[in-house]
Amino acid sequence: MEDGDQVIKKFMYMNRKSPYGTIYALESLEVVLIAAAFDQDVSLVFADDGVYQLMKGQNTEEIGMKNFSPTYSALGDYDIKKIYIEKESLEERGLSLDDLQDLKYEDEDDDWAEKDSIHLVSREELAEVIDQQDVVFSF
Amino acid sequence: MPIEVDGQSYETDEEGYLADLNQWRPELATAMADADGAPLTEDHWEVVNFLREYYEEYQIAPAVRVLTKAIGKKLGKEKGNSKYLYELFPYGPAKQACKYAGLPKPTGCV
Amino acid sequence: MAMLHTVNKSPFEKNSLDSCMRLAKAGSSVLLIEDGVVAAMKGTKHSNAVADAMTDVSFYVLGPDLKARGLSENNVVDGIKVVDYSGFVDLATEHESVQAWL
Repeated sequence: MEDGDQVIKKFMYMNRKSPYGTIYALESLEVVLIAAAFDQDVSLVFADDGVYQLMKGQNTEEIGMKNFSPTYSALGDYDIKKIYIEKESLEERGLSLDDLQDLKYEDEDDDWAEKDSIHLVSREELAEVIDQQDVVFSF
Repeated sequence: MPIEVDGQSYETDEEGYLADLNQWRPELATAMADADGAPLTEDHWEVVNFLREYYEEYQIAPAVRVLTKAIGKKLGKEKGNSKYLYELFPYGPAKQACKYAGLPKPTGCV
Repeated sequence: MAMLHTVNKSPFEKNSLDSCMRLAKAGSSVLLIEDGVVAAMKGTKHSNAVADAMTDVSFYVLGPDLKARGLSENNVVDGIKVVDYSGFVDLATEHESVQAWL
């Protein structure tokens, strides 16, 4: 840091587990929300079973756990605008983007226009994005 | 310490946040604010109600930065700044207003 | 004696279901629960293995765990029965013993 200028680092949160069976998905989401206060360059990845975290229509009433899936829609408010979904992970599970929540953010610099946060990427493209990170947190 | 309102007792944690958010009633917010020595005005209610709606939709209490931006968008620029919100809630807008709204303490914020 | 096998891990993450299907005797039953329910879905890379195993093992999946994950009951592999918690209890009592594959 120099003269109060902040060093912006690239932080990636790698989500690879199904929700509810383990605590990882919820823990990751909480860490992301807390860390969002630090104004870093944040991106989220949903790969492997992590893609199930974003499934539409989750209803946890009968399992007696909190349904935290609505919180993903708040990520845009927290300036988290880069959400990568690995295409191959969806395909292996017979899923498509239509099965997942549609996450958006409002672009302050473009008259608050709603823009897509979700980027569908191939395994190869994802490897490239991971390679550019300063820090990758694994959940 | 539990809060007593109209002869009914409501469980809270050690910082005074309501244990079960489903038990919330407007009278509870009034009682909490009165106990803090700063009765709620219309302006306070705007924020408290906004927080409840935010929680209903997203299942979280927003961080103060997010709250400020969202209030500005919904209630106008003159209210969407930390000066205005801190004047209303001197103990920290998110923290104090969340308490009155019956929400959990926002994670990692003032 | 018929045994009830429960699997609570995703087949994409662990080989519990594989081992279970390899070692479950004909006539026994498999109940998919928790993260294991994803194995019940059609169109995944594990669907065929599950469908094949169903020739001599009965498959069940816990509905509440499907719902929690936004997975539709209408989209489970043909022949898998969706049960609720009381169905789980019935299965446990109908079988001689319960083996949990973790």
